[in-house]
Amino acid sequence: MDFSIFLILLQDGVVNGAIYALLALGLVLIFTVTRIVFVPIGDFVSYGALTLAALEAGRAPGTVWLLLILGGLSTLISFWFARNGLTAARVARILGEGVVLPLVVFLAIRTFSFAEGSQYVRVLAALAVVTPIGLYLYNIVYRPIAHASVLVLLVVSVALHLAMVGLGLVFFGAEGSGTQPLSTLTLELGPLFLTGQAIAVVAVTLALIAGLFVFFDRTLMGKALRATAVNRLGARLVGVSPVLCGKLGFVLATAIATLSGILVSSLTTIYYDTGFIIALKGFVAAIVGGLVSYPISALAAVLVGVVEAFSSFYASAFKEVIIFMMIIPVLLWRSFRTPVVEDEE
Amino acid sequence: MKALFAALLGTAALVVPATAQTVKIGAVISETGPGASLGIPEANSLRLLPTEVDGHDIQYIILDDGSDATRAVTAMRKLVAEDRVDAVIGSSVTPASLAMVEVAGELQVPTISLAGSAAIVTPVEGAREWMFKTAQNDALMAGAIADHMAANEVETVGIIAFSDSYGDNWISVVTPLLEEKGIEIVASERYARTDTSVTGQMLRVTSSRPDAVFVIGAGTPAVLPQQALVQRNYQGLVYQTHGVANSDFLRVGGAAVNGAIMPVGPVVVAEQLPDDHPSKEAAVAYKESYEAAHGAGSVSAFGSYAHDAGILLQNAIPVAARSAEPGTPEFRAALRDALEGLSDVTYVNGVATMSPTDHIGQDERARVIVTIEDGGWKLLP
Repeated sequence: MDFSIFLILLQDGVVNGAIYALLALGLVLIFTVTRIVFVPIGDFVSYGALTLAALEAGRAPGTVWLLLILGGLSTLISFWFARNGLTAARVARILGEGVVLPLVVFLAIRTFSFAEGSQYVRVLAALAVVTPIGLYLYNIVYRPIAHASVLVLLVVSVALHLAMVGLGLVFFGAEGSGTQPLSTLTLELGPLFLTGQAIAVVAVTLALIAGLFVFFDRTLMGKALRATAVNRLGARLVGVSPVLCGKLGFVLATAIATLSGILVSSLTTIYYDTGFIIALKGFVAAIVGGLVSYPISALAAVLVGVVEAFSSFYASAFKEVIIFMMIIPVLLWRSFRTPVVEDEE
Repeated sequence: MKALFAALLGTAALVVPATAQTVKIGAVISETGPGASLGIPEANSLRLLPTEVDGHDIQYIILDDGSDATRAVTAMRKLVAEDRVDAVIGSSVTPASLAMVEVAGELQVPTISLAGSAAIVTPVEGAREWMFKTAQNDALMAGAIADHMAANEVETVGIIAFSDSYGDNWISVVTPLLEEKGIEIVASERYARTDTSVTGQMLRVTSSRPDAVFVIGAGTPAVLPQQALVQRNYQGLVYQTHGVANSDFLRVGGAAVNGAIMPVGPVVVAEQLPDDHPSKEAAVAYKESYEAAHGAGSVSAFGSYAHDAGILLQNAIPVAARSAEPGTPEFRAALRDALEGLSDVTYVNGVATMSPTDHIGQDERARVIVTIEDGGWKLLP
């Protein structure tokens, strides 16, 4: 292997690793705030990418129907939870969240053709369609069982993932799609062949990490999320609403996952079930970070990407094995280093 | 349990004697799961088949197996036990079809698989005596590729294959054929259907400077290696398997897949077939009826395997009906014998002549070599 091959593999690994890093961040975010291992996060990658592809083709994606239906269900559940303290303001907020928002998005998608016009508009439209689904799923699926054990939440997550994969097949069909790149720039640096999209992937990842850092460190909402992550009961005692934090965490994480799907979809073909494998690699990184540390998870994700690139060169038949084996030494090390803590229940 | 089944079957027989002339065909199709891109056109094609042949009504009952072997077996048992079907079509994918072989033998029901692997019907013995198949054997297709490579003076080839049984099968079939022609495999890499990058594998392949690259993948995931080759500015020939022959491959691949060479079933280039090709008429008719129902450009080779299974049954049912009543074990056995005795049946994928040792019955007329030109299939002489 010469130096140019080394550089090309490194570049490939870093770009893929940046995608895994985004998913690892989303997983850590949701887990720390709600104790949910959010398995369906990968499905948002597929939903985001394929929704964008449908918009590009001038079709209304099936996800807008899902948005509408889940919005309605979520409204009913919100009313049920709020039944003892309904005020005009509260009713307006619930209706705004679950009825007005999806209706506006639905009508916008059905009325305007997105096939023409800027790619950035389509990206925003795809985000507007897919991100609220995360919010509604929290409300419908997780909020009623927020106090269940981590294991129950995990099982529910797996079930939700299976449901979302099935719906993905119905909405988008068995064959995959790619999308137009955000930028058609190409640079040649010696042996390296940099595309604008690859640069965008890494830049967006870095920007999101910086943005999350500022959000958690400087804003009241961010601090509330962190407080909930550190001590759920304590946070509640000082007036932080766990439901609000859960919703916020889900909106952030699904927006990140959707965005990473949109980014990756111009690098490769995305299928209705591709997201799960991508998320699984993000999960490996999140585990390395102990499902709590953002910086370690992000670095581990880049490492996963690089290891993947090099193992696909040296031993392509064992690539997945090598990546998922990475988790074993980490778990061993963690179980030796950290004292055993009983589950909080 | 067995007694219960027998009782149920007995009651069913008492209730429905009037429909005895109806021939029931069960189908186990992978309409969801990884095989969905095969299963969906197959199920669509089954729904277009004629429901009457030679005075016998034919009823099709289609079940989904989710591309899963266990569910395929369950569905097949259900079809035979509850619906008392006379024959089964399915499944779309090789693992599920292999699982159904034992059931076909045990329940003694003739079964026509739509999957690719030759292992489903060869050797014809034991349970496989009940199995037939319409999709071309990988070996037939691989032979066409090896011939084409030899004719174009390819001496070295780099392979990138799916890291699943599809890739394994193809590699084991094509390797001896290439060796026979004196073509050397200089790189053999693997990738997964859901991979987002094959940069590493393609670096490995191109750095060994092969005359041709052979991508072994099915459906749109086979686009990725070819895109990587274009990025690496690879100038040699690129071969694909017949697993890519659908319009989605063209849609996703775009300009990147231009120039790819592959063996396919005749239906893919139905209009371009020479007039003396035996399947021209059948292929054009099938293509027109499918596209009338599902839109222009929607036809794929996969659906034609289901259509051909229907043609085989339409030819065999009248023969079997002379010696037994539909709905009985005797009819199923007669139908199996009739299928085995079919000779010179022209269907979409060539001409089939079955025998007690050959339950596919295809020859070179079942495949043509095509290339992709300007986003469309073009027949190569």
